[in-house]
Formats: sequence, C-alpha cells, structure tokens
Amino acid sequence: MNLRRLWAVVIKELRQIRRDRITLAMIIGIPVMQLVLFGYAINLNLRHLPAAVADQALTSGSRQVVMDMLATGVIEPVTEASSPQQLMTLLRRGEISVGVVIPQDFERRLAAGDEAVQVLVDGSDTVVQSAAVQLAQMPLTYTPGEPRDSSVPLPAPQISVVSFYNPQRVSAINIVPGLIGIILTMTMVMFTAVAIVRERERGNMELLIATPVSSAELMIGKVLPYGVIGLVQTSLILILGMLLFDVPIRGSVLDVYWAGILLILANLSMGLLISTRAQSQFQAMQMTFFVFLPSILLSGFMFPFDGMPRAAQWIAEVLPLTHFLRLIRGVMLRGANLLELWPDLLALVVFIVLMMAFAILRFRKRLD
Amino acid sequence: MSGGDIAIRARGLTKCFGELRAVDDVDLTVERRQVYGFLGPNGSGKSTSIRMLCGLLTPTDGEIEVLGLRIPEQAETLRQRIGYMTQQFSLFADLTLQENLEFLAAVQNLPPKKARERVDELLEEYHFSDRANQLAGTMSGGQKQRLALAGSVIHNPELLFLDEPTSAVDPESRRDFWEKLFELADAGTTILVSSHYMDEAERCHRLAILDRGVLVADGSPAELTGRLADRTLEIKGEHPRQAKHIVLTVSGVISAAQIGNSLRVLCAEAGDCAARIQDALANASVDAEVVPAAPNLEDVFVAVTNKQPQQQPSEHS
Repeated sequence: MNLRRLWAVVIKELRQIRRDRITLAMIIGIPVMQLVLFGYAINLNLRHLPAAVADQALTSGSRQVVMDMLATGVIEPVTEASSPQQLMTLLRRGEISVGVVIPQDFERRLAAGDEAVQVLVDGSDTVVQSAAVQLAQMPLTYTPGEPRDSSVPLPAPQISVVSFYNPQRVSAINIVPGLIGIILTMTMVMFTAVAIVRERERGNMELLIATPVSSAELMIGKVLPYGVIGLVQTSLILILGMLLFDVPIRGSVLDVYWAGILLILANLSMGLLISTRAQSQFQAMQMTFFVFLPSILLSGFMFPFDGMPRAAQWIAEVLPLTHFLRLIRGVMLRGANLLELWPDLLALVVFIVLMMAFAILRFRKRLD
Repeated sequence: MSGGDIAIRARGLTKCFGELRAVDDVDLTVERRQVYGFLGPNGSGKSTSIRMLCGLLTPTDGEIEVLGLRIPEQAETLRQRIGYMTQQFSLFADLTLQENLEFLAAVQNLPPKKARERVDELLEEYHFSDRANQLAGTMSGGQKQRLALAGSVIHNPELLFLDEPTSAVDPESRRDFWEKLFELADAGTTILVSSHYMDEAERCHRLAILDRGVLVADGSPAELTGRLADRTLEIKGEHPRQAKHIVLTVSGVISAAQIGNSLRVLCAEAGDCAARIQDALANASVDAEVVPAAPNLEDVFVAVTNKQPQQQPSEHS
C-alpha cells in the first residue's frame, strides 16, 4: 500500500465527483428530499377533510354533536346537504370525503342505545377511511354504561382522534434515525458500484491496471471519498432532524457516527462486490435494487421486525441495515451505549470483513 | 538485469478464447531502441499479443521475457518500466489535461516535486501549455492521442507499447505522432506499435505481419519487400477494370488491384509472368502496357496473407 498512489486515486475521484452535477445533487438532494417527505408526508396531519352534514333531527342534542365533530378540526363543512342521498352524490363526485347523517329520530335512538349517527366515508382512500372511523366512534364510545339523561357523551375521545392522527413528533422521531440508514444504503451501494463500473465501461480500467497502482489502492482510494460523503449525509440528516423535528440524540453523538461508519463501510464493500460483477453502469444500478428493496422493506424501517414471518427475519438478519437500525434506534432514542448492543455491532463487522474479502479476491488486475 | 540488447522475447505465444485461437504460436524478438511494428487487419491478434506482452492477459501457452522479466509472473515489476497506450482513449474525460497527467505521475511513483516538473515539461513538449486546464474529453481525436502518448511516457519507460495509436486520427496528426515516436526512439525507448496502415508500417525498423493470430512474416521493411523482387508489375491502360478480369485469369497471378488508372499485379514468382499477362491482354485486344514495379508493404501483405488488405490506406503520406 503506497499512500501517495492511494491519495492520487482519492484526489482524482474527488475531482470527478465535483464535476458530476447529478451525483452532487444526489449527495445533498436525496437526504433532504427523503427527510422532508418522510418527516412531513407520512406524518400527514388529517385535518380539514371536506365534509357535509345532513342534520335531519335539528334538535339541540344533534347540533351539539355536530359542533363537537367540527371542533376536532378533522372535518370541515364545505357544502350543505339535507338527505343521505344528497351526501352520497357529493361523495361520488368527490366534492366531500366525509358525510355525516343525523337521522330525525336521533334523540330516540340515542336514548335506546342504538346507532344514532351515521358517517359516510370515501373508502377509496384508506387513510381517510380510518380517520372517519375514528370520528364515528367519537360520540358513541362512551354510550354503553353511561347514563343517557345528560345530553351527549362528551368529547374526551375526540382527543383520541387527534393524538392518533396527529403524531407529528412521534413518527418523525422514529423515522429520522432509520432514514440515516435508508439513505446511506441507497446512495453508498450505488455510488461505489457505479464508480468502479464506469471506469471499466469508459476504458480507464485498462490504463489503470497497466500502471503500478495496486488493487487495494485503487479500491480503497475509490471508496474513501464516498465514505466521507456518507458521513456528510449522516450529519445533514441529524442536523435537519434536530432542526425540523426536534429529534433527540439520547446516547452519545460519537456512537451515532460509529454506527454510521460501520453501515457506510458495509454498504461500500457491498458496492465494491457488485462492481466486480456488473458489466455496465446500468447493470450495477439494477443490482443495487436487489439490495435496496429488501433493505427498505425487511429491515424494520417500514414494518416491525417482530411481525415478519421467520423466513423474512432470516433474510433481514443478513442485511446490514437491519443491524444498523437496531444500533441507531438504541443509541438515539433509548440512549444506549454502542457496546451494549454488541451483537449487532459484531454482525456489521463480520459483514464488512466478508464483503471486502470477496470484493478484493474477485477484483483481478488482469483483463481475463 | 539480463536480456542484453533484447527488449522482448516471446516463444510459442498462444492465447485461446474458448475455441478461438486469437494468437497462435507466435515467436517474436524485439531489440532495444527499435520501433517494432505489428501489422495486421482487425482481429488478427495484435491487441491480444500486446496485452499478453505487458502482462494484462495471461497467455494460454508460451514463454515471454520482457526487459529480462518473466511475464506474467513478474508483471508487477514490469509495470514500472513500461508505458502502455490503449487502443481506445483511456484517460479521464472529466479531468483536465493537467489533472490527468498529475494523476498518472503519482500512480507511476514520481516523487511530488519531480512529478510537477515532469507534467510541466510534457505539457510544453506536447504543445498543451495553453490547454492545461481543458477537460480531456473535449479535445479532438489527434489531441487525445497526443495526450495519451504524453501520459504513457510520463515515467520515462524503457519500453512503450502502443495499440493502434493512430486509428482514429487525421493524416497530419498521424505524421506528428510518428515524429514524436522517433524522438522517443532516438532517446533510447523501445517501441512496439500496432497498426493497420501500410504507410506507418514502412516507418518501422522491423515489423511482424499477423494474420488470424499467426505470424506470417517478419523482418525489416526492406527485407520484406526485397523478397518480392521482380514479382510486382504495373499495368497501365485505358480500361483497367477490363484488364483486371483478364489478368486474374492468367496463371501465376496472385492478385490484381486497381489503383487509379493502373493495375497493380502480384505474381507468385519472378519469371515469365509479365510475358503471359502481355499475351493474354493482346489476345483480348486490350491495349495496355506492362511494366515492373517496386514492391511495397501492401504487396508483402497480400503475398503473405494471400488476400487484399482489409483496409486500403486512403492517403499515402
């Protein structure tokens, strides 16, 4: 290993990255975009659903129910209606997402403990549907066992609607640490794989292998800049996560970076291995998808790990992202020490060593 | 260091790709400080041979000794002492000229100070001083080749391999390029260059003609053309195409190629071939004059491969 040659490869790579606008845009754009999308969009605050109320009872009790419903802010009346038929037409036309029917015999039904209010929902959007289901349960949850004489059960449950669908803080806090892993997996594997294959595709490799530069110098020199980029991305997500969503780092920041470095190394070595296989940049991209999709779906980022079938769990255990998620959530959210989480630490190290060994063994300084 | 005055010695060099014998039992000796040419059509095994000689490909069979080193075993040591210019432009298109040369200087182990001096020197010498900050990818074909040559000699190699360096270059740039090669040869560099241009082959000190992986002839251009003494004729007349049909029916004629208003004819042996052609033309009442012509490398090529060269050089410089 000659440091001067290694450094020459690093400098060359950095200069190339600097001139490659799309890659530059990806380095910054992907973390920012994902953070904002996952942070705000998933945490979609279900409010102001367009609605119409057909109050056929027109009693003080029915007005009270309507007022309570509107007070949650989940629905917002956008038009007038007087009959269920009218509401259904509005729903079909997409003018409203929720229709509320209060029948003429509302008071009697309430007294009898029957269903007193009907909520019509646009079921084609499941999120809207479940929001409305919650809404529908609101005035009726406490009906059994409660004395009926007081006008209407009071909207303690309305908070349950709000807290369930307004998890602003909670979901962002859970998502941001995982997002570091997702973004590092997405960009690191692809960058390295493509960076080396590009060299082969453009014919640079034939020149390089005819020089004294060694396989190790070439590979390490090529991935080192991307490792640094990975750390920049990690910092970017952490800072934005703190600024935008008040994501806490309960453990040590150093531990967060150590976990990040391990995931970066794991992904870079995987990218290297792909690069020794892929014949073209396009193939390299395709291969990264075979890593990326299982990672995003099985690692526990999207769906809880414990709920997955056995076979899926085994696959997940092979993915570096699964272990990283356990580490980063432990450190950032539970304030754990990295060493306390040693099984996942070990898994990542083993993964890196194996992948690197395979990649260097497979990379030949020959054309055949 | 052994080998004395021999830069490259190969015996029984063979490379198979599956069923295909891309290089078949080639023997080769290249003396130091020579410009040695590999001549042959595309697919004749020139690139494969060069790649084996620099240790980039492992031969299926045969022995190679380059600069006294056994190849491919000692290929890593060899890499510091040779320069290799690939057939396709293989420098980095998205780096500037200066950055490309700086990179090559560093991977060729030039110490930093020396590297800076050498890069400046090469930029000057190869007329790139005013383009040092231009991206390599934006240059013309001839400029790219010149830069590639500068890059391959950055560490002053003893031996330079050039794989069809001028295949995509205009005639003037080709001439300049060869000027550079002779300067390097004068300075003591051994050069092995492949080409399918006859006029370039004529400039080499020695050359080897490859055809479908087999070495069919080697020697100096004079030796090679000398073997064809009295076997080449020129037929001048009004109707060269008509004459060609008749000439090709005459026994002992290997080939007849039209060049402008005349025919160039290659005979199997020196002798009465000319007389037979004259008779045949007279019998067919085609008015033409048969005169002896000095053999050139194209004739040599046709004679040894028994076919027309795939690529007729369109310009003779």
